[in-house]
Amino acid sequence: MTDHGKTAVSRRTFVKGSALAGLGAATFGAASMFGCSSPAPEKPEEKPEQPKTPEAEPERVPTKASAAPMDDTVVWTHCAVNCGSCCALQCHVKDGEIAYVESDNTGSAELGEPQLRACLRGRSIRRWLQSPDRLNKPLKRVGKRGEGKFEEIEWDEALDTIAAEMKRIRETYGDEAMTCHYSSGVCQGQVQANPVKRLLNLTGGQLNYYGSYSSAHISAAGTYTYGGGSYGSSFLTIQPGQLVVMFGDSPADTRMGGGAHTHDFAYVRETTGCRVINIDPRMTDTTCGQGGEWIPIRPGTDGALCAALAYEIINNGWADEEFLHTYCVGYDEETLPESAKGKNASYKDYILGNGPDGTPKTPAWAAAITLIPEKRIVDLAREMHESDPCYICQGYGPQRRANGEITARAIMVLPQLLGQIGKPGTSDGRREGSMSVGLGMIPTGENPVKTNIPTFEWPNAILHGEELTALNAGVQGADKMSASIKLIWNYAGNCLTNQHSDINYTHDILADESLVEFIVTSEIFMTDSAKYSDIIIPDLTSQEQLSISSDGYSDNMIAVIFGAPVYESKFERRGIYEVCADLADRLGVGEAFTEGKTREDWLRQIYDECREKHADWNMPTWEEGYKMGVWKRKPEVNLSLKAFVEDPVANPLKTPSGKIEIYSEKLAGFEETWELAEDEVVTALPIYDPGFLGYEACTEEYPLQITGFHYKAHTHSSYANNEVIQTAAHHVAWVNPIDAEARGIKDGDTIRVFNDCGEIRIEAKVTPRVIPGNVSIPQGMWHDADMAGDKVDHGGCINTLTKYRPSPLAKANPQHSNIGQIAKA
Amino acid sequence: MAQYGFHFDGTRCTGCKTCVLACKDKNDLPNDINFRNVHEFGGGSWKQDASGCWTTDAFTYHVSVACNHCDAPACMEMCPQGAIGKDEATGEVFSDPEMCIGCGTCANSCPYGAPKVDATKKKSVKCDMCADRVAAGKQPVCVEACPLRALDFGKIDDLRAKYGTDAEVAPLPAASETKPNLVITLPVNAKKVGDTSGDEQNPREIK
Repeated sequence: MTDHGKTAVSRRTFVKGSALAGLGAATFGAASMFGCSSPAPEKPEEKPEQPKTPEAEPERVPTKASAAPMDDTVVWTHCAVNCGSCCALQCHVKDGEIAYVESDNTGSAELGEPQLRACLRGRSIRRWLQSPDRLNKPLKRVGKRGEGKFEEIEWDEALDTIAAEMKRIRETYGDEAMTCHYSSGVCQGQVQANPVKRLLNLTGGQLNYYGSYSSAHISAAGTYTYGGGSYGSSFLTIQPGQLVVMFGDSPADTRMGGGAHTHDFAYVRETTGCRVINIDPRMTDTTCGQGGEWIPIRPGTDGALCAALAYEIINNGWADEEFLHTYCVGYDEETLPESAKGKNASYKDYILGNGPDGTPKTPAWAAAITLIPEKRIVDLAREMHESDPCYICQGYGPQRRANGEITARAIMVLPQLLGQIGKPGTSDGRREGSMSVGLGMIPTGENPVKTNIPTFEWPNAILHGEELTALNAGVQGADKMSASIKLIWNYAGNCLTNQHSDINYTHDILADESLVEFIVTSEIFMTDSAKYSDIIIPDLTSQEQLSISSDGYSDNMIAVIFGAPVYESKFERRGIYEVCADLADRLGVGEAFTEGKTREDWLRQIYDECREKHADWNMPTWEEGYKMGVWKRKPEVNLSLKAFVEDPVANPLKTPSGKIEIYSEKLAGFEETWELAEDEVVTALPIYDPGFLGYEACTEEYPLQITGFHYKAHTHSSYANNEVIQTAAHHVAWVNPIDAEARGIKDGDTIRVFNDCGEIRIEAKVTPRVIPGNVSIPQGMWHDADMAGDKVDHGGCINTLTKYRPSPLAKANPQHSNIGQIAKA
Repeated sequence: MAQYGFHFDGTRCTGCKTCVLACKDKNDLPNDINFRNVHEFGGGSWKQDASGCWTTDAFTYHVSVACNHCDAPACMEMCPQGAIGKDEATGEVFSDPEMCIGCGTCANSCPYGAPKVDATKKKSVKCDMCADRVAAGKQPVCVEACPLRALDFGKIDDLRAKYGTDAEVAPLPAASETKPNLVITLPVNAKKVGDTSGDEQNPREIK
């Protein structure tokens, strides 16, 4: 080290010390407010000023300006995309723009204490909001639909056109032809797409949808097994040293915020020392440096693993027969409904090989299917038996498949067999649980239309709506549809193409202007879906409007975030409530739509109703809340099915029998009456069914399974155009070194991934973190193809490769059931 | 003289990179410059048995690292302009933009890759421990951002008393090289410096 450096130090001390003196002790006295996990750093030591002498100051020494005082205006708001969580953002605003973003730093920062800390996505919202690609003015399509050619128009023309088309199409085709498309670009806050639905309901109604792209299969499984719901117990019920078995569940990849499940799980692992087993085709971010065991499984075969675990549990006498006989239907002959008796139709008969297929579901049988060694399956069953309690849960990965609903049910059976339900340390085989403050939404009003179709059926409802029935498409509320979809209202959604399946197929349906006659989109960016619109109107984001929100899915807190507009609205962007109010005026229902209320009036009403409902929670008033930014409270630990297990007679489930239905008589009925293809299975028992486009469908041409996963760089397709995140977390296809080497692919190569649906280009991540035979691709990147040319998707959107074919029971998206091939580009 | 430093808890980190992006936001960094990086270190092989089943010893962990404001900063020693100093009050290693000629010697000599050359400014730029936030009694933005509370900041003596003295893990260099003011709670499956059973799994994401 040179003398030069030492001189530099003394000079720097002089400069910095002088500046800091001006900040005063009060600033540092505030440090305790922030409650940092270690005490907030003390004020750097100040040195008395030294007289400045020419001798002490050589000509060139490094100096640095002192820290500028932090005096920005801070505005609280929240992230609003569909990760399931909702994190707080404190925007530091200067000159009408966000300078930078902080998150929730109120209360203690210790692990386990609730802070709604935003993940990398929320932390990058400034550049997303400030993007030059934002939509600023209404647009009218001028080219062919889907071509992406638009011209700017005035708001009046946009609103007049939308109102006229809503009127014309309803009068021509009827109320069922009108839809508000599934969307989740704005998934938090108490407004979302509700103004659009309210407007449609007030003017005659709209086609209903059920099930989401996230969880339609597990919703169906939860309905037929437990009488409803996708959620089990909170992670916080996990007890010291116990076993936690997770199927396709990675909170670290999905719910990444500091108030979300990733935080709650980290806290539980650290404080209980629980042993974690994560069963997944990928080694997820939940089982990296944190410990735990990854059991790699061939995609789509979780049901076979469950059957073999059941075999071991039953065969070794570990099944909790008392639990099964008290709480469950169909475990054995004794607990089958009358209609099923005498047919070897029980779950036990299926597992032991006494059922119609005659195959015992042994670990050796399952090993050949799952590619998990027989011994590991045997040992896993024993570990699950020996851990009391045992927490068993699943994420949404296993269910987003052709065999999703039956797989989700198969996983749910395991805690039932072991009697590991309803007591501390257990769940029920569904996803980890969650608490909510229960804020209402702007009401959508009554929908005069009762016809309700599975969300994923919408392309069929465009092509031949009148042919969709209860028996061939899961139509509810009516025996059949009475019209095809002719108008689509798309609010903050990218599920027309990007997040839906088989983009090349769907392109042709949407581009045909004789099918859907009018598509209107309210958006902030020109998404791939927005390109198919006839009119696009520029939305304000949740951060640019008044917005209160609950905290989304989390275990250890109940919260409300009080969001204010971070700056004045810019350009000609407008909020959806005000837009729909203007449309309501044009359609003659203006007064009924607003009831004389502004957006703020509705939100105040919603908040006050919640506050009154929870009088004992001491929630702040609206005004107090807006001074706080965020209000939080720790809830009781949620233990699923506790009341039912304590008293099943007084607290029956909402299943037909009131019990847990391993055997579903209702599904047995569907099996008889539903119109299913040869390779589609709807059955009373949660058997192993490979489903279509599983590993067995692989061919010499398409020898690989292709699955998707949720990725840190975007939430579905939200934020996927924020380059700063994509640079930090590349969009990469995970390829096992064995598969890569066989094809001459090296880490970092651009590869082609292709099948019968299409072809994408993507960077290869050659990693041992994925099972051989499976290529795994983050879902949500923006489709980028010349649709008039080769249709090769350079954006790397997995839905260029996913098949459009509804699953047998939920009629839902099989987006992880794909086969294909990869090659160096 | 107080020396400040960072603590990283490898048993909590999931590699989410919130620290990286919070830093980029606060410091308004271009895409090609990170003051903090998250390394994904991993390895392992796969074996197929006679029945076709797979077993693997694959492992992965993450290491989040910024400037460690070292006791023996290689950047400061190597800078041909003498433009890098060490603040006596905090131990911060800083570069004087008026003296820096943007030659990149600091960036090349730091074994952590902490200083960068901003091509637009033609200057060396780096982590300053969020001096403005610390002066205002806050934690550096990366620390306050981590959803899993895997980062901490404070006087290095306090951090060592609380978390121990480990300061190296693959793929970081040996702590003896520059004497970093860093404390690491080692992740499960942590490999020693120089380990060859694994390697950096995300080299193109390190900026």
